Amino acid sequence: MDTRTQEFLEYVQDGGQVETGDWMPDEYRSKLVKFIEMHANSELMGVLPERDWILRAPTLQRKLALTAKIQDEVGHAQLIYRVVADLGKPRNACLDDLVSGRAKFHNVFHYPTKTWGDVGVIAWLVDAAAIVSQKALLKCSYAPYARIMKKICWEESFHILHGRDVILALVTGTQEQFELVQEALDRWWEPLMHFHGNQIPPDEDPMFVWRIKSQANEDARQQFLDGYVPQIRELGLEIPDSALRKDEESGRWLYTEPDWEKLRAVVTGHGPASQERLDFRRLSREQVAWVEQVVLAEAA
Amino acid sequence: MIFEVFRRERKGQPFQHAGSIDAPDEHFADVYAREQYGRRQESVALWLVPRNALHEIDDFPDEFDLKYRRVDGYSIKTRLREARDRAGTLESAAGEA
Repeated sequence: MDTRTQEFLEYVQDGGQVETGDWMPDEYRSKLVKFIEMHANSELMGVLPERDWILRAPTLQRKLALTAKIQDEVGHAQLIYRVVADLGKPRNACLDDLVSGRAKFHNVFHYPTKTWGDVGVIAWLVDAAAIVSQKALLKCSYAPYARIMKKICWEESFHILHGRDVILALVTGTQEQFELVQEALDRWWEPLMHFHGNQIPPDEDPMFVWRIKSQANEDARQQFLDGYVPQIRELGLEIPDSALRKDEESGRWLYTEPDWEKLRAVVTGHGPASQERLDFRRLSREQVAWVEQVVLAEAA
Repeated sequence: MIFEVFRRERKGQPFQHAGSIDAPDEHFADVYAREQYGRRQESVALWLVPRNALHEIDDFPDEFDLKYRRVDGYSIKTRLREARDRAGTLESAAGEA
């Protein structure tokens, strides 16, 4: 590593932040693009499981709230793709890589949404897991990304409330509605435990080394469990992991080791809904291509 | 075109940089900015500035020692002590402290 890169590394590890026009090592730039692009892809792909439920939402109020959440997530994708574009990769190049399967998006968006219970679990727990990661990104060494995260975290807080409200309505409803939530939790627990990634030591995680992330994967998972296991259990719901318990001595949660090979397979496009989602994104991109052409022609 | 967006959260507060948007022209920029930064009434005003219209200055050479322009350029402790000593108020000043 040359002196300049070494100094840069020490600067970010010391809490220093970097702006778009500042000099940065190529490796840092490419790691930033990879990480932030995946985030943008996840925001964009993340609306598809929820989109399926706009027409099926149980009341007009729920339909409006769900539509608003979807607009928020697409808005996040727009803001984050802008950050990537300023780092040198235009949005269209990101979308090309996304639909061709070269780029990744988060594991939780590779699964189908079977019932309205899934929609509640996603808005409540998937967004809660996401907000743990996103809050840690407020300290990202790349300042433009950290700044945009403030707005994103603020909007995610509405989503968690929306999800919690959906869940509370169901668990206080009929036995059938309660079971809808329990079944959704059973389906989503494994993806939730995969969500923060494997237990790679932070010093071996390049995203942490460059201080793109400020938190180790396992710390994020522990924070999620700390915050949400009690909230899930107090509703009378059962978490489908008999090994899950908090070790009083260490203060850490113990759980059944998730299948990391499965996570790898899911995020490389082999999840139960991966191809269907990518097909849909490809189709909608083709279908709206004319809009882009008309708008750009008129503006020119 | 890239537009930098500045937002004022409440009346009386300064405009602060919020982010940037990519829009084909000013009309679209207006619509996108309203959606991104105003749809929850989180702003009372927005400024949209084409990025290429910004003039940024980020170098501030300090070759000369201009510390008389800063508070750390003034060390009054020793002189104040001397002045108090001369006026015979050193004792009472110490008592106050």
